[in-house]
This record gives sequence, C-alpha cells and structure tokens, in this order.
Amino acid sequence: MTGPTHKDGLTDGQRAHVAPMMPVERGNLPPLRLHVPEPPARPGEQADFTHFDVPPAGSAPRPDEASAPGDMRDMAYGLIRVLDADGQAVGPWNPRLSPDTLLKMLRDMALTRAFDARMFRAQRQGKTSFYMKSTGEEAVSIGAALALSRDDMCFPSYRQQGLLIARDWPIVDMMNQIYSNRGDRLKGRQLPIMYSAREAGFFSISGNLTTQYPQAVGWAMASAARGDTRIAATWCGEGSTAEGDFHSACTFASVYRAPVIMNVVNNQWAISSFSGFAGAESTTFAARAIGYGIAGLRVDGNDVLAVQAATRWAADRARANGGPTLIEHFTYRVEGHSTSDDPSAYRSAEESGQWPLGDPIARLKQHVIALGIWDEERHAAMDRELAEMVRDAAREAEKNGILGHGLHHPMESMFEDVFEDMPWHLKEQQQQMLDEWKAAGL
Amino acid sequence: MMAEILTDVSADTQQMTMIQAINSALDVMMARDPDVVVMGEDVGFFGGVFRATAGLQQKYGKNRVFDTPITECGIIGVAVGMGAYGLRPVPEIQFADYIYPALDQLVSEAARLRYRSAGEFISPMTVRSPFGGGIFGGQTHSQSPEGIFTHVSGVKTVIPATPYDAKGLLIAAIEDNDPVIFFEPKRIYNGPFDGHYDTPARSWAGHPDAQVPTGHYRVKLGEARIARSGGALTILCYGTMVHVVENVVTAMGIDAEIVDLRTLVPLDIETIEASVKKTGRCLIVHEATRTSGFGAELSALVQERCFYHLEAPIERVTGYDTPYPHSLEWAYFPGPVRICEAISKILKD
Ligand SMILES: Cc1ncc(C[n+]2csc(CCOP(=O)(O)OP(=O)(O)O)c2C)c(N)n1
Ligand SMILES: [Mg+2]
Repeated sequence: MTGPTHKDGLTDGQRAHVAPMMPVERGNLPPLRLHVPEPPARPGEQADFTHFDVPPAGSAPRPDEASAPGDMRDMAYGLIRVLDADGQAVGPWNPRLSPDTLLKMLRDMALTRAFDARMFRAQRQGKTSFYMKSTGEEAVSIGAALALSRDDMCFPSYRQQGLLIARDWPIVDMMNQIYSNRGDRLKGRQLPIMYSAREAGFFSISGNLTTQYPQAVGWAMASAARGDTRIAATWCGEGSTAEGDFHSACTFASVYRAPVIMNVVNNQWAISSFSGFAGAESTTFAARAIGYGIAGLRVDGNDVLAVQAATRWAADRARANGGPTLIEHFTYRVEGHSTSDDPSAYRSAEESGQWPLGDPIARLKQHVIALGIWDEERHAAMDRELAEMVRDAAREAEKNGILGHGLHHPMESMFEDVFEDMPWHLKEQQQQMLDEWKAAGL
Repeated sequence: MMAEILTDVSADTQQMTMIQAINSALDVMMARDPDVVVMGEDVGFFGGVFRATAGLQQKYGKNRVFDTPITECGIIGVAVGMGAYGLRPVPEIQFADYIYPALDQLVSEAARLRYRSAGEFISPMTVRSPFGGGIFGGQTHSQSPEGIFTHVSGVKTVIPATPYDAKGLLIAAIEDNDPVIFFEPKRIYNGPFDGHYDTPARSWAGHPDAQVPTGHYRVKLGEARIARSGGALTILCYGTMVHVVENVVTAMGIDAEIVDLRTLVPLDIETIEASVKKTGRCLIVHEATRTSGFGAELSALVQERCFYHLEAPIERVTGYDTPYPHSLEWAYFPGPVRICEAISKILKD
C-alpha cells in the first residue's frame, strides 16, 4: 500500500473503491434508515407477550384435507388450539383420542422431560461434552409421533428427542450415544444427541442446520415415485428457516407435491437471536407456505392435542396425494439453547414464566384429570417412576463408559465407514496410528 | 509496516487473550473507519458465542454491529453487496464448519469480483470464523477447512497463533481491499495449548505474545514469523499447532526452527525457502485432513525450491482423512506423539 493517508488512517488505495459511489445531490429526499429488529425484552426488562394474539381454543376452522392451499390461507395466520383454559378439548380440531393414547402422550412427554433433566445433569457432572434440552417443547415431538405411522420417516433437528421416546426407542441406547461409549451404535463419532435410529424411522441428525429439510422432501419424492404409502416428516427451528435449504425444500415439495410434512418449531429463540431475525416481525412462519403454494397450518405447540390433530390432517392429506404441508408450532424454549449457553445474558428472566400458552405437560395433565382418567396421585407416582427409570438407565449406560474415560470404541474404528471399502491411504493411516501409539508405549 | 500510518500506536500494551485481542482489533478498526461493519449470527447484543464481538453493538450501534438471520449464504452475499456500496464488512461465520452454505458467494462471487469487473468492484470483506478441534465439538465444531480456500484464487487465508498476531493480522486483513478468510484457532482462544489434553488448561497470562498494544498496529499479511530459530530442521505450522510443536521441540531438546506461517495465501515463500535451505530438513504440521491439504502445497513448494538442500524426505503430520470423531478426538488430533515420531524419523538419516 502506498500513497497519502486520509485522516481515518486509510490509504488512497483503500479509499479508491468508495469514491465513485459517493451519493450525488438528491434534493430534499429523506435519509434512508436501516431497520434492525429488537426483541420486546432484554435482561432486567419486563417480559411482554401482550402483542401475541392468542385466539380462544376451538375457534380455528378445520378445512377439508383436500383443500387447495389458496383456499385456506387464513390457517397460516391463525392458531389451532384444542385445549382450553379449563382443560377441556374443544372445537373442530379435537382429535378425540382414546384414553390410552392420551395417557401414552402424557407419559412420553414426562419421560422426555425426565430424560432431559438427567442428561443435562450428566453433562454438568463431566460425564459428557454437551446436551440440549427440549423443555417446554415436548408436545411438538410427542404429538407428531402419535399422529404419524410408525414407518413414516422422520428427518429431525437436534431438539426432537421426543420422537425416539414416543417410538419407544430404548433410552439406554440414547444414553450410550450421549456418553459416546463402547455401547454407542454410532461408535462415538457424533456429538451427543445427534442420534441416528434407522429402525425407528429416525434419520441421522446433522449439526448443520436445515440440511434435513430437502432430504426429507427427497425421501418423500422417492416414496411417491415408487408408489409406496409412507410419508416423510421433517423439523427445524424458526431460526433455521433462514437457511437456503429451507427454501429449496419448499420449492421441491411444491413442484412435486411431495408427501411430506415440514414442521417449523417456533420456540421464539435461536441461541441469542429472537424470532424477529428470522422474519417474525413481518409475518408468521406458517405463512412461508403461501408463497410456495403449499398448505400452511399454525398450531399452539404447547397443546399436544392440537399438534396431534394438525399432524394427522397433514399426514392424511399427504397420503391422499394432496401434497405437502408446512406446520408452524408456536412454542417457547424454556431452557438455554444447550449446555454451552446462558440465556440470562440476552433475554428477560421472566419470559418463561409469562409465556401465555402454558406448559404442555401441565395442560394435558389437566385435561386427563378433567376427563376422570387420571389424578394427582397417579401423576406424582408416574414422575417418581420415570425419574427412577432414567436413573437406572443412566447407571446401565455408564457401565459402558462415559466420555473421556477409556471405554470407547477401539481407536482404529475411526477409519471405518469413511467409505464402504477402506482405500489404501486410510489403511496406511490406520496402521501408522497403531504403530505410533505402540512405539510410544501407549 | 508503514511507519507513517502508525501514528496512533500508543506505547500502551495490555495482557490479552486471543478473544480479547480480536475484540480489540474490531474495536480499533470500528473507531478509525466508519465503513467497518460487523455482522453475523449472535454477534450483536450477545457479542458472539465466543464473545469476540462483546460490547461492540453497545459502542457502535445497531447500524454497524448487527445480528443476522441464520443463513451463511445470505451473510456473505450481503457482505459482497455492502462491499460494493463501499463498506468494509467483517462477517462472522459462527463455526468454520458452517461456512459451506456460503461457498458459492465466497468462491464464485467475493473471490472473483475484482477480476471479472477488472477492478470496477471489489470485495474488501474479512470473514472471521473459529476453526479447528480440541474442544470435543464433534464433527461439526472441529473442522479445519483452510485448504478449501487456499485452493481458490482471489481470497487470502490468514490464521493467527498468538493474541499479538491475532490483533495485528485482523487489522491488516480488515484494511486489505481483497476478501480475507480469517480462521481463528478456537482451542487457543483462552490460552496456548501444548497438545497434552489431560493436563490442566493454561491461560495466556504471562505469555510474551499476549502483551498486546491497545491501539492500532498491523502485522503485515504474507509474512511468516520465526517462532523459534534453530538449525536441526524446519517445522512449518500455523494456528494451534505452533504451540503443540513448540512444546514437543522443547521436550525433545532439539534445535528446530519453527516457522509460524500466519498467512497461507499469499505465502511467505522467502522465509520458508531460507529456513529449509539452512536446515536441510522439513516437517509440515497441520490439523486439517491430509489429502490435498495445505501441507501438500507446502511439500511441493519446498521440493521444487530446496530439493538440492534436502537431507531427508519431507514429512507431514496432519489430521487423518476421516471426519473429526467425537470420542476419539485425542487419537485423531495430530498431537505430541505423532510429531515426536516424525521429528525423530527426519533427524535419523
Ligand atoms: C449451518 C449452521 N449454521 C449455524 C449453526 C450454529 N447454530 C446451531 S443451533 C443455532 C440456532 C438455531 O435456532 P433455531 O433454528 O431457532 O432452533 P432451536 O435451537 O431454537 O431449536 C445456530 C445458529 C449451525 N449448527 N449450522
Ligand atoms: Mg428456535
């Protein structure tokens, strides 16, 4: 760099590209302004959800599953709610589930929460590197799982552990993955909670946001091309809808009328960024569907009956060759983003308590008690039993080792599964590693 | 360095971590140049998941420091547009592992804008991104993708190894009129790392290169640093591996010359050439995967330029050609055992 220096310390060379862009005189036009979104409340401020329009339970109409997307646009701006403040299931979306199904949902949600509590603690005790809870969002996974067929394919994000629980996947297996131990079917290769469970119709989770979205559409297109009857479902957070993959998925789903359910879990936060940074100040996430000509539903994500009913609607539609549905689940991330996060640094501590849609477990509990099929004593006993169950499962899993304490898969296993057949260079690297560690006496 | 520009360097230095040094570089540049803007996921109010941008939004306002939607492609595309307007964007990609959605905007756009418009438009952005492993981040918080960018013509690739260099290089990168990929070795954000993961983590306190001037200074792009001079062999490395190598060399008590490359493109070939011609032996160490890694380029260059001075084959110690495994992180990491073996092998004949 050469030449004279301007008062800001930059050289001519550095300034050169700016000069031709200097604005010409434009009279008395007002200066433009950049809008940068700001959440309603920061730490120390009063949480405020009054701007959320919470329509009464039962008030949302239920269009026919065969409706054209253009005839049901209002659904993307309303909120499907079934459980009212008294615990009654009301309105056209009431799925009228059997007592057994209701109690399974309650148990699955409670087990998910107990599992999360235990594994969060395990991370704090240094038994693993990382964990992510789904507290407050359990209904989103459990309601969907109960509405899908067991063989429908799920392409989840990292916060849908409830799908595995609802599909009765062994929690010891999940814990082995979290501990990255020798019992981990994924051979310790993945970050904790990045499960893969093909037998449970649960696709391998990626750490890269929203990549699962077009993949789910592709699976659904394949199923349709083959004349299969299975459909696909996928999930991402509201923040993740900004990724290009989300929009590619919507385009493909629309063009090929793919039998897929695309779920957006709007838990209001993406690490420290509120939903406004994904576009929520201007529209809803369900309304993303409208531009693509896809059916869009917006659901109270803390109402497991509403989630179940909306998912069943979308599944029936897809199975009848009616094409894709985008469902926004309106919910709240009660805890930090992950064990690496402290939300008190960026959001009001009161928010969680003031969330207007309540807690999904408490709401279903109130409902089943009102139905006369459940009571406080049985609920307390269930909570105790689940806490013991996860404790016992954790002890069982810990017998296979915890992270960093030796009981992992053999070191040479690192080189397996890069390819189906190991090429010469990986064989060589594998051998070299073993030789070096041996030479070093390790 | 250009003396006439260094007028506002105060004699003040302060002990800083690498994170603080990066934060200070951004602060200094935002204060000096109103065109500098900082953007990225969680960088605004919160100050970034590693706190590198802490306090900047409060100081410079939301017009100049702002959170972005979660779309790396969007972040870099917008930075190209802002650069075309005349701003000097410093986007952050939260982890290098998440830079791939931005590749088209970086490779096809930012890197070629000057060339395809014959200098009419340029892309003076500096893309900051934490990279590398050693924090049990699994395969999506550990990668070292620098070789992807050194392979692209039109972007510069910079990797600091100390707080002092992190600040000086970042300032030089921001002032540079070409796009710069600035990879920050996250394992050494808070302290140097000697490769012994089972010993307590160290802090930067007391480290000579953690004494950082509080004002403006540059570490020129394209100049390597001799981290240790010696005659027995030359070790080419950068980022976290500089510290791991230093520790091995000390432990082995050998007279190695350690070259901290600092800038991979444009490379300081003179320093490399002079060193290898002096020692006659060369080891290359990086954490990134081996095949088509930057070490392959270094090896070719050394062979082309120093062949008749070499007394032993050039060796590479690198990450294995597998994804970064979670539980086997320390078997994967090219640590002291492997470096020591390679040095012994080179010195044997
Ligand atoms: C491609 C990519 N960019 C950035 C990240 C880092 N990251 C992980 S989670 C996250 C926030 C996601 O928020 P949201 O989509 O709302 O999901 P939530 O965590 O709320 O469930 C970010 C930015 C990532 N994993 N992948
Ligand atoms: Mg979210």
